[in-house]
Order: sequence, then structure tokens, then C-alpha cells
Amino acid sequence: MDQTPDIAAARLPGDVLARNFADAHPPLTANQAVSEAERCYFCHDAPCIEACPTGIDIPSFIHKIATGNLRGSARTILESNILGGSCARVCPTEILCEQKCVRNTQDARPIEIGALQRHATDWQMTHGGQPFTRAAATGRRIAVVGAGPAGLACAHRLAMHGHDVDVYDARPKAGGLNEYGVAAYKLADDFAQREIDFLLGIGGIVLHPDHCLGRDITVPALRADHDAVVLALGHAGVRSPGLAGQDLAGVASAVDFIAALRASPTKADVPVGRRVVVIGGGNTAVDAAVQARRLGADEVTMVYRRGADHMSATTVEQEWAQTNGVTLRHWASPTHILGADGSVTGVAFTQGAPGADGQPVYDGLSFTIAADMVLLAVGQVFVADPLDGSGVTVAGGRIVVDGGGRTSVPGVYAGGDCTPGPDLTVSAVRDGRDVAEQIHADLMSKPSLQKA
Amino acid sequence: MADLRTTLAGIRSPNPFWLASAPPTDKEYNVRRAFEAGWGGVVWKTLGEDPPVVNVSSRYGAVSYNGTRMAGLNNIELISDRPLATNLAEIRSVKRDYPDRAVVVSLMVPCREESWKAILPLVEDTGADGIELNFGCPHGMSERNMGSAVGQVPEYVEMVTRWCKQYTRMPVIVKLTPNITNILVPARAARRGGADAVSLINTIQSIVGVDLDAMAPMPVVGGLGTHGGYCGPAVKPIALRMLGDVARDPEMAGLPISGIGGISSWRDAAEFLAMGATGLQVCTAAMHYGFKIVEDMIDGLSNWMDEKGYASLDALRGQALPRYVQWNQLNLKFKTIASIDQDACIKCGLCHIACEDTSHQAIAKIRAGDERRYEVIDEECVGCNLCAHVCPVDDCITMTPQPVDGMQTWTEHPNNPMRGQAANAG
Repeated sequence: MDQTPDIAAARLPGDVLARNFADAHPPLTANQAVSEAERCYFCHDAPCIEACPTGIDIPSFIHKIATGNLRGSARTILESNILGGSCARVCPTEILCEQKCVRNTQDARPIEIGALQRHATDWQMTHGGQPFTRAAATGRRIAVVGAGPAGLACAHRLAMHGHDVDVYDARPKAGGLNEYGVAAYKLADDFAQREIDFLLGIGGIVLHPDHCLGRDITVPALRADHDAVVLALGHAGVRSPGLAGQDLAGVASAVDFIAALRASPTKADVPVGRRVVVIGGGNTAVDAAVQARRLGADEVTMVYRRGADHMSATTVEQEWAQTNGVTLRHWASPTHILGADGSVTGVAFTQGAPGADGQPVYDGLSFTIAADMVLLAVGQVFVADPLDGSGVTVAGGRIVVDGGGRTSVPGVYAGGDCTPGPDLTVSAVRDGRDVAEQIHADLMSKPSLQKA
Repeated sequence: MADLRTTLAGIRSPNPFWLASAPPTDKEYNVRRAFEAGWGGVVWKTLGEDPPVVNVSSRYGAVSYNGTRMAGLNNIELISDRPLATNLAEIRSVKRDYPDRAVVVSLMVPCREESWKAILPLVEDTGADGIELNFGCPHGMSERNMGSAVGQVPEYVEMVTRWCKQYTRMPVIVKLTPNITNILVPARAARRGGADAVSLINTIQSIVGVDLDAMAPMPVVGGLGTHGGYCGPAVKPIALRMLGDVARDPEMAGLPISGIGGISSWRDAAEFLAMGATGLQVCTAAMHYGFKIVEDMIDGLSNWMDEKGYASLDALRGQALPRYVQWNQLNLKFKTIASIDQDACIKCGLCHIACEDTSHQAIAKIRAGDERRYEVIDEECVGCNLCAHVCPVDDCITMTPQPVDGMQTWTEHPNNPMRGQAANAG
């Protein structure tokens, strides 16, 4: 973004920045992990398992922590979710497994499932390496487009089944949102890349970075060279609020701001304003707002057009923002962005209130929040353009798939955020894994293609 | 306020809580601290003949269970390893300064009359209130024909007790080892020898665990391990049963019992008293938490007795004994059925799986969408209590006694082939 007098990098000393962007939730010690694990009741028909999109056998992995069987614990996690390490860090467990923990009913304090999952997977990555081995080679080659959580989980499962996998990604580094789209303190240091190295340890997966679908590669060409193609494209675009003034210097996409932070080892070269307004109510908005504060912004205001209950950011995320000094404002819709001399000076909002149907009703009163930086976080969208001419059907802004992840084109599958369903890392991992199983079943059930 | 004053075999103490003969009572320093903390008495760590024994380094092993430290404790320490004269001087000093507390001296010398005859006057001269014969130590000393090696031979128990009664005016308490088949045999032998009281149980022979790296039993002493004596909360059920057997035995009637074995709280104490103990001895709980825990033992017992209307320990003693019977005296017509409080249920499913996998398939799992519900199938429930035990929520599963139609014991039951042949057929 263009520099203005009120936007600057290195507002805070290096040691403060390092502290602000270190692991927000440090790992459990061995003692903490065991005593927390021993709180688990080892439920029969455990509700937490059903609440996990990847269906991890949570009571079993926790029991194994309690007995000191960390290798077994990690394997239990990873056989359902090979990205269990990053999911342990980024999953909104408060609306998934931990929300369903029976301990909530009893003493209002669920088992810290996420923290325990991190304990076990960290052990595996530090001590045990890749726990899985590949089945005998099948001679099949599969292309996966997109090296985010869905694509990587898919590639790993395919490799386990003995297939060879080419993974393409438009970015220079693999990881997708884990690498480019998550607050730095959630996946601190180089965890995202270490996890990819760990995952690739299975073998049989070749990464092809800087390969952009529609520019460097196409679905038909990939299909011609591979036994199957998987589209795990994620959300390549951001939604535009269409506000007058959004081209002013100092206005940026929250996604780009987060990506710049992730790319910076020291955070000292990422500029931030003194007064920052973040428009949006999701986790991306929270990640941008909190990180702006942690970079040294004096005032950060997150403005959402509806109420706290409607935010897609969970209550825990909202409280995290407030703990970090972010001001949350609800029921306010931006009308235009104010500027002077080509740079942003503020955002004008119209005040609303909940109507009978829960939708905001704006009463015409307006207010302005002064800002020298505005971050837009009103949603990310799947960009279908690279599929033009491929025959892959898109509807409602997502790729249409059947229950097995098959698209309208034979041999072409899709999963993750580019398909319908919740936009969660853990859901993407589940999709990738399940698509891999479907491809394996489809390929191996074709007798004509069976090797002698 | 309930009267906790205790008299056991003529030995008085302001409350029933004595520290058992063990490391906490090894020295004057510890015992003074114990008395300052409120303990009613001590049994001084066992004295033997000079030269003193030598103890190893690495002495305790423990069982930690599901986050609870020292659910069981195992020790391989022997009797006092200090010179006899040192111990005797300290006993005299402590007793002089705490005349209201019980100071009993544990003894273990070889099974020769002259050995006992020699040591008893020395102990009596300290002003100690009584002696306890250590016939229970299951390790180290037993291999030298002392401790449990004596306690396991009823004739020796009787003989040594008789010597002691002959050579001292002090009350004699005989401490019984649980490492026998029938606790009544040595208990009756002690009574025949003239014992003024028995105390039980001593520690249980045990290997507390195996160090899987050292490949040796724990505690590991220079790469090797040995069996030790087990105590702590884990042994309480074993102690209660042996206490009950001795306390209800007609041949033991009237002989006071000092109850020992895993007493960790006032509630444990109340249970021992209800099963017939006159006094109590505690060790592991003090070793775990320090002497201060006696404060709640005294306070809690007193409050509970006030609440229940027991004015003194005499009123409480043995209250559960009339209801401790042989299995064949239980009413086979009694039936109790589990009942689940659906509002309290947290849907963990543990009751269901326990019953389904290991019992009587009497708890149904009902799923409607995300909703889970667990329901007792009354006609299948045998009233085993397992579900109530596994349920993590207090008072969620209760066992509800059903109306009873008369009385029928096994001795009267038509399925009993021995029916009518012998009163105690079982």
C-alpha cells in the first residue's frame, strides 16, 4: 500500500514485536497435558467426535496422552486428520469439539481438546516423524490444484494409497490459508512450513509452486496427463464492499495485510496506521484487527453491520479482540470512505438497529470514525474464472460436487472452500481426505485399469 | 462438641489420632512437631537391639492413580537405624514435656526371652505409656526371623506376648500382620498371650511397580529392587475387613483394637471406629501432607459426631458391626434398581457401555438426532451398582431399593444343596 504520514512500520521495538507475534497460546507442559487428559471421561459415543468434521477419536487420543502413549495418541489424530497440528491451533474448538464436551454440562469447563491435540502432534513432529507408510505403488498419478489444507490432506491420503501426486499452487509457498491467511500468533514461527515438510515425509508428492490455474495450467491439460484431478482452489478473491473512496491510499484488504504479516519474519517491516478501522465481523477481521494492535496501532475499531451474535467470528475470537484492545462496534454499515490528498482520513457509517427479522434497519443517523488505515474484511470468495472452458459446473459461487466430491467432469474432483459447506480448515481437511478415498475407490474399481 | 478423648488399654490420649510406628515417629524432632500439630499420640518407630540396623537409600515406591499421588505407598525401610540409647533418651524427653499425649514404643528384638527381658525395663524407664510389638514388618526384618516372620506363627505371637506381659507393667499392644490367611488366628494368639490390645493392619507385602527402563522392581536400589510393605489409601478396604473380622469375633470380645490402614480423613476414621476400632493410627496421610492434616481429622470427626448425635467415641464404636454379616445371611429377596436423573445426566454414556459390555445390558442408549438419552431397563437391572459407580456426576444415578417381600437367605434357599444341613452352609 502507499505510504502516508500516519502509516509506518516498526512502531514498536523489535523485542516487543517478537513477543506480540509469538505463540498466543503456549503449549501445555507434559504435566499439564497429563492432568488435563485425566479429566477426560473417555465417553462412550462421545459427542466431541461427532462435532469434529474429521471425526477424530478424541477420547482415545486423550486417553493415550494420559497413559504416556504419545506416539499412539498422535497416530489416532493423524489418521483422521493429517493436519491435526495446525487444526489444534486454528480450529474454533469452542464451536466444535469443546462445545460438545460433556464436561460443559457438569462443570462448565470442557477438556482442552485443542491444546491436548497440539501436545500429541507436536510430540510426533519432534520425535516421531511421518507415522504412515505408502502402500505398494499403483502407477496412478493424480493432480491436485491448490496446496492449502484440502489439497495437502488429499495429496497425503492419495500418497498413502500408493498413488503419485502432483500438487500445484499459484503461490510461491504451499500451505494456503495456513501459510498466508492466519494470524501469525496462531501458527507461530515456521510451524506451517514444518507441518508441510512433515506431511510430505510420506513421499510420492511433488510440489509445483507458482503454477496458476488458468494461466500456467488448465483442467483439461491436467486431466490429460493424470488419472484424476482434484480442485482444492479455496477462495482466491475477496469480496468488495463497493464503497466510494475504497481506492484511497491507506485502504487495503485485510487478507493482504495478514499475508504481509505472515511473510515477514520480524514484523518490523509491515506498516500499520495509528488509527485503524476494520470493516467486517469474521475471523479474518479479528485476525487483522488484533494484529494491527499488536503492530502498535493506537486505536483499532472493528465495525460490523449486525450484532455480536451474527458475527462469524466466535465469541472467543470476539473476546480475544477486546482483550487486545480492539473496539467492537455493531449495527453500523459503512457508507463511504473519507479522504484528503489521496489518502484515507476516516470512514462514514450509518447507524442501524436489529429489525423484526434480525436484519439491520438503518435509521439514517450517521457517524464517522477517523482513520489513517482501513482494512476491508467483508468476505472471501471462490473465483471461478480459471475453470472457464473446463466444463466444471459452478453454482451459487461454488463448484458443484456429489457426495463423493465428484464434479460434473468425469475424473475431476473438488473439495475444501471452493465447494459448498463451512469454510473451516478442519472441514477442508476432511474434504481432501474423503476425496482421496473416493478417487482411490473409483480408480481401483476399474478392472481395465488394474495392473496385472 | 463431641468428646474425642480416647482410652485404649489404659493409655489415654486427647483424641484417637496416633501416628503409627514409621518414619514420622523416628525422632524427637518429628514427634514434637506432631504433638504441636495436635496428634493425640505416637507409636515411636520400632526400636531394636544395638547395633542398629542399616537402611538403604531409595526407600519408597508409590502408586499414583489418575492424577492422585500416593494412592498407595510402599516402603523398604527397616526399623530405627539409630542407637537404642538415643531413642530412649528422646522418648523420655518428649513424654516429660507432653504428659497428656500417648507415647507408645514399638519394639522388635529377636525371638529370645532374654532379648525381650533386657529391653523392656529400658523402655519402661522412659515413662512411655505402653509398648507395641512389631510382628508385622514384612521386609528385611522378617528375613532375620523378626517382624512378620513372628506374626505369621501364632505360637510365637502368643509366646512373645506372654514374655512381655511377664517382664513389664506397661500395656502390651500386639500389631498384627495382614500377610496371613486368617487374621483371627494370630489375633486370638495375642489374646491368649495376655495382650492388652491388638493393632491392625501392618503393611502388606508388595511390589509397587516395575521400572520398565531399569527392568527392576521399584523402588530401585542401585539397579535392584525388593518387596516392601504397602500402605496408604489403597489398603483401607483390606484393613477394614480385617478389623471387622477381629472386632466381631466372640473370642476377641472386649479386647480393644487400634485401627490402622489408609486412614486419610475424618470420614475414614469414622468408618474404622464404626467397625470396632477404639483408637486409630495414621501414617501415609501425614507423610503425604504433613502433620497439619490432623486438624481436619479432629475437627471433621467432631462435627460429624455432633451432627449424628454421637456424644463420645464410646457411643460410635462398633455401630456398624452388627450389620457386618456373612454373605449367607444377606436377604436374597432384596432388590434395588438403578435410576438415572435425566436432568443431571451429562450424556457421557459410561453407564451404558459399562452395563452393555460388562454387565446385564440394562441401560438403553437412545439417539434422536444429536440428542442422547440413557435409560434403565428395569426388568433387566440386577441392581449391581456398577453404573452408579462409573457415573462421574454425583447423585445422578441412584440405586432405588424396591419393596421387599419377606426374607430369604442362602441357608434357606431351595437352590442351596446344603440347605438345612448346617447353619453356616454357604
